[in-house]
Amino acid sequence: MKIIRPGRIAAFTVLFLGGLVMITPLLFMLATSLKTGGEVYELAFLPREPTLDNYLEILTHSRFGRWFAVSLTVATISTLSVLFFDSLIGYTLAKFRFRGRGIVFVAILSTLMIPTEMLVIPWYVMAKSMGWLDTMWGIMFPGMMSGFGVFLMRQFFLGVPDELIDAARIDGLNEFQIFWQVALPLVAPALSALAIFAFLGNWTAFLWPLIVTTSPGLYTVPVGLASLSGEFQTDWEMIMTGASIATIPTLLVFIVLQRNIINGIMLTGLKG
Amino acid sequence: MQGWFSGLTLARKQAVWAWVFLAVPLAFFTLVRFWPALDAFALSLSRWNLVGPRKYVGLANYERMAADPVFWQVLGNTFEYLLLGLPASLLLAFLVAFHLDRIQTGQGLLRALYFLPHLTTATAMAWVWRWFYQPPPVGLLNAWLTALGFAQQPFLRSTTQALPAVLVPAIWAALGFQVVIFMAGLKAIPRSYYEAAEIDGAGSWQILREITLPLLLPSLVFLFITTSIGLLRIFDLVYNITAGGEGGPLNATKPLVLSIYQSAFGRMDMGYASAQTVVLFVILLALSLLQMRLLRSRP
Amino acid sequence: MPKLSRSASLLRGLCGLACGVALTVGMARHAAAVEIEYWQYTFKQRVEAMDALIAQFQKANPDITVKHVNVPYDNYRTRIAAAIPAGEGPDVTQLFYGWLDDYIGANLLQPLPPASFDTAAIDRDFFPFVQGMKVEGKYYALPTAVRSLALFWNRKVFKDAGLDPEKPPATLAELVDIAKKTTKRDASGNLLTAGIALDTAGQDVQWIRQVLVNEFGGAPYSADRRKVTYNSPAGIAAVQWYVDLITKEKVSELGFLTDGVTAFRSGRAAMTIDGSFRLGAFDGQKGLDYGVTELPGRDGVRSNFASYWVNGITAKAKGEKLAAAAKFLAFITTPAAMQLWMETVGELPARVAIAQTDAVKNHPKYGPFVRGLSYAVATDFVDETIQRKVMMDLIDTVLLKKTPVAEAVAAAASEEQKVLDTRK
Repeated sequence: MKIIRPGRIAAFTVLFLGGLVMITPLLFMLATSLKTGGEVYELAFLPREPTLDNYLEILTHSRFGRWFAVSLTVATISTLSVLFFDSLIGYTLAKFRFRGRGIVFVAILSTLMIPTEMLVIPWYVMAKSMGWLDTMWGIMFPGMMSGFGVFLMRQFFLGVPDELIDAARIDGLNEFQIFWQVALPLVAPALSALAIFAFLGNWTAFLWPLIVTTSPGLYTVPVGLASLSGEFQTDWEMIMTGASIATIPTLLVFIVLQRNIINGIMLTGLKG
Repeated sequence: MQGWFSGLTLARKQAVWAWVFLAVPLAFFTLVRFWPALDAFALSLSRWNLVGPRKYVGLANYERMAADPVFWQVLGNTFEYLLLGLPASLLLAFLVAFHLDRIQTGQGLLRALYFLPHLTTATAMAWVWRWFYQPPPVGLLNAWLTALGFAQQPFLRSTTQALPAVLVPAIWAALGFQVVIFMAGLKAIPRSYYEAAEIDGAGSWQILREITLPLLLPSLVFLFITTSIGLLRIFDLVYNITAGGEGGPLNATKPLVLSIYQSAFGRMDMGYASAQTVVLFVILLALSLLQMRLLRSRP
Repeated sequence: MPKLSRSASLLRGLCGLACGVALTVGMARHAAAVEIEYWQYTFKQRVEAMDALIAQFQKANPDITVKHVNVPYDNYRTRIAAAIPAGEGPDVTQLFYGWLDDYIGANLLQPLPPASFDTAAIDRDFFPFVQGMKVEGKYYALPTAVRSLALFWNRKVFKDAGLDPEKPPATLAELVDIAKKTTKRDASGNLLTAGIALDTAGQDVQWIRQVLVNEFGGAPYSADRRKVTYNSPAGIAAVQWYVDLITKEKVSELGFLTDGVTAFRSGRAAMTIDGSFRLGAFDGQKGLDYGVTELPGRDGVRSNFASYWVNGITAKAKGEKLAAAAKFLAFITTPAAMQLWMETVGELPARVAIAQTDAVKNHPKYGPFVRGLSYAVATDFVDETIQRKVMMDLIDTVLLKKTPVAEAVAAAASEEQKVLDTRK
């Protein structure tokens, strides 16, 4: 039915080459991580004698496993918290009628304008006085809720028909049960989009974890990576190996969940 | 308790539930967002090194900022990131999305290739790019340039090339996200619009100008804002692409956030750092107001 | 390196086991063992050396446990300053000697208890510049080790260029000569092997300011250390000589192989200037055959730059923790500890008698550093970070902005003077 036009083929070729350029840095990183000492300083892209020595070295002599666990814990807990609270707030702002609703919404929305960099210093002071410095709670407390998520969830809850909620009320469910059992399942796609944003945001966060943590046992992956290149040390093959270890799991998750992730982001673009 | 509650009208009950639901979030936003923001404003009027008492110094930090040539350079750099990066990345993303949208076979694979860099951490990728930018014998880019007969370039070791060189990986990392958003916008445009236009005999350029772009405006505004904020707040990449995070030769790549970081956590000059964050806040506020205006004028 | 670190981790494991046993035994005797915290920045060999010292210390003092915390270099100062007033953080901490004034000013340190530390004995036993740690007659901190600069050369690169691999340069003129002979470029002029690896983010800044300026007949600072004095013909000549290595002699490029250490480690530089703390990293590089020699002199003048990290007791330590901290600090500044530190980290003992033994002085690798120490000067920094940046910017201004050297030196001197003027 479709006629393949030469223009399409040209476009495909150009896009494909562009795609290859896009992943070149990733391939370079992986290739370098498989090289040994001297080979790193040669121009050849591919390793002559690929070896996993660097991975063994880094996994046995740094605390990568631990950083991984911290990142995973922090990102998971923060994401769950964001999902719960942001959808609860979004639901309340979308479906309840009460005095002060508009002010609350605008106030929460306006927090989007405050840059994290501005908050980092007061957070530090706060964490210090609360004794949260260098704790896992210290890393995650600022990210337990997000204005962006509230905005996103409110948009989606606005689309949930009031009739469903009224019917649930007549059935004798209380307001929390209505939110939890009736409304929340209806916005599942939005939840998955928000989950992706929250998780990725926490997984790649650098500035705040860098500032709040002291013990290497509490570093997140990005902070741990940064510490590999200390003032006096530059082991390039190790750095590339570390970078690969940090990236590979994310890539795997993406490959498995590709459709959900892309759809989630598309959804956000349309509603945002 | 139960008796008191059941005696309320439905509207009252709703209000009670609403505030119960909002109690914890409001406490959170007040303590972790608003109060610290106000505190940063207050700090910007004091001198404080984290140890010992804060000292109120009025506008001294702002006066010092105005007189500091490095601050103006840093501010200039910040806008250079924005003014170079915004059009370049949006144009590129649109071109890719526009053509990707029309491809039938292999679309998923291609989209994945473009999206993958978005999943990496800036820390890790900064090092890869730093290595690319090296002079020969190890720098890939220079090796290619010389192979093609061009002169080799200093890239990160140049006061003029360093900033664009840092910008390229920033655009690279964000491109996948922008492409996906643009594609969502393109898919949302009903096919019938195009068909109607073709029947009317509109050329492809005309279709692009009169149908595609106007209907893509919401996506464009969304990306305009998120990309601008991202570029104005650029930090991770710059910090990691220059050794020790100094911000390039003669501060050539240093953006505002890196300067804030150095003032606060390198020199423990909390007041001066806060004053700079206030400047950043004002810029972002202006941008958000611009966004509201753009959205209001949306057809 | 892998072999070394594997055995080190085995050692650490054994020590851990030993400590565990010692601790259990100790716990049985004393209801509550004292725990003190020790902080230093993350650097593989330093961490290993300190772990070994702590194991020894705990064995000898079963009632004390030492918690060893490492902080990445970039955030080290902030962490300390934030932690101590909050009543957290270290009881004993390592700090750069140039930060002492800051730390005392911020009430982060307390003087070493005179009962355990005899001022006169320290004056007599340690290298003279350690007296910089004495404020109003009281010592606030002591180093385990001190360090100086030396020239590292790659024997293989020397041989390949037809030079005697056992004859490193003794003067700056010889250095230029050898650098020119060892520099290799490809047909299009790309640098393949640098005659000397230069890196202003490394030790070059100190080499220029504290060493070259002296060797060209000038002085970087006035005798009272309150005035910047390198804006002089000697200072200009020194900077000009350094810049000429890149622009005129073309024996190096800044940023070659990302940094000086990588360039030398990968065998793509004939020479480099660095500190004794680099020995560990270079020794771990397979196939790197290098030698160490004293910094080259000029017209019979030789100069060197000394620096050191010291250990101090923080204001937080009180009562039995203070006693334990003093005991620990005394332990890590014993001759035996210094010996272990030198063998693991490559930094030189801070006690003259230990550093000046024949075994050390004639050691092929430590020897040049120790000989350099005898005439080295430790720059009296007000803010090392800013003062370093001033020098880096000076070189970049000349190289990238083509600013005349004299003009750039004058600008740098006045910029650095502003920093010195903030000294109380």
